[in-house]
Amino acid sequence: MGDLSVNHLLGIKYLKKEDIALIFETADHFKEVINRSIKKVPSLRDITIANIFFESSTRTKLSFELAEKRLSADVINFAASQSSVKKGETLIDTVNNILSMKVDMVVMRHPNPGAGIFLAKNVKASIINAGDGAHEHPTQALLDSYSIREKLGGVGGKNVVIVGDILHSRVALSNIFALKLQGANVKVCGPRTLLPKYVETLGVGVETNLRKALNWCDVANMLRIQNERLDISYFPTTREYTQQFGVNKALLDSLDKEIVIMHPGPINRGVEITSDVADSQQSIILNQVENGVAIRMAVIYLLASKIK
Amino acid sequence: MGQKVLLSSKEINIILHRLACQLLESHLDFKDTVLIGLQPRGIYVAQRLKKILVEEYGVKHIALGFLDITFYRDDFRRGDKTLAATQTKIDFLVEDKKVVLIDDVLYTGRSIRAALTAIQSFGRPSEIELLTLIDRRFSRHLPIQPNYRGRQVDAINNEKVKVMWKENDGEDTVYLVDR
Repeated sequence: MGDLSVNHLLGIKYLKKEDIALIFETADHFKEVINRSIKKVPSLRDITIANIFFESSTRTKLSFELAEKRLSADVINFAASQSSVKKGETLIDTVNNILSMKVDMVVMRHPNPGAGIFLAKNVKASIINAGDGAHEHPTQALLDSYSIREKLGGVGGKNVVIVGDILHSRVALSNIFALKLQGANVKVCGPRTLLPKYVETLGVGVETNLRKALNWCDVANMLRIQNERLDISYFPTTREYTQQFGVNKALLDSLDKEIVIMHPGPINRGVEITSDVADSQQSIILNQVENGVAIRMAVIYLLASKIK
Repeated sequence: MGQKVLLSSKEINIILHRLACQLLESHLDFKDTVLIGLQPRGIYVAQRLKKILVEEYGVKHIALGFLDITFYRDDFRRGDKTLAATQTKIDFLVEDKKVVLIDDVLYTGRSIRAALTAIQSFGRPSEIELLTLIDRRFSRHLPIQPNYRGRQVDAINNEKVKVMWKENDGEDTVYLVDR
């Protein structure tokens, strides 16, 4: 086992295959730790981490905060809605002010693609991208692959279909990078209007028939329609979307084989998947959430050990 | 880099049997005692001792676990390399048990310090003892001493004690190596 090849986690695009393997191996150990009766280790007791969220988040923010606390790091939280950003402060100034309070690592979510990269170039701290616009969400993709590995024994050679709003989804892009890097076969499925124009150039297949896509895959990762990012009308009605691209129990049971259902959350029950699918034996949605803490502990631990 | 043999396979075997007898003397049926081998190298000592106790001294049941101390070490971020973890496997609680920590070489005592913290995550033991195959007695950084020791070694700091096991390294031998 070695070191990560990067000093920041800005996107899956910048990782090597070995980095992902190292993160997974480390996450295995942390998963054991968080299932103990005392779930805390003292590794990061001299590290301070700032969670800066310029966009709303429940799961990711809680998961990062829990991961940081389980590693004994000191944590400060910052939500842009209650800050000086509203008074006109720039991103670099905001972060440098936080860093001058001796913060070692920044976990940031921002609505603009590339915000993490920009920050990594301009401030002295280890940066973890917790989602930058429609660009990347690397820890989500890592925990998705980790959950597939846990459920199916590996990622390489598996068929994974990502269904829904691919165009506006950072989860989709990071997942495509992560899955391809590990040798999985990837297809995207959704209304033509919500598939990026040149998505094939990433080495993924395109399918607009949901039943065909599901019959092909081992795993279906169901994405939410990102209503907050839909600037124009991409499909006639939600009802029509659900009829064509929603997964219900009848559809799932009529497939040739038993597939694994994933969802990064938040779920719009009854739109992309029905409740009985989300809560079925085939769904690993809650495992994903549990694995999220272990994956984030691993990423933070490995990056923090490179801070000198 | 020179190396000399500190203990041969035969000597290791004799010492392990003596340590097993000493454990037996203080713990008898091992009803309230658990053995914890420290990762990565202490687990071999622990497995050998358990084997001797079960097969040769007829102890019916001995709880054996492996403890990884990586996340409890006090040198995180102080070296060049990321500290790599190994597997922890303790599928019982140590609450109110007598814990015997087992390692191959006791050197500075820092690993044992970390192990004393780490084991707390699995409950509150009624007491903790320490068994090591090799005790480098003049190299301690902390006030930690073993309850059971295989062999005391007066090695200087630029020497390294290397314990080899048949199941992992192909031979049972303890070497003293010049660095």
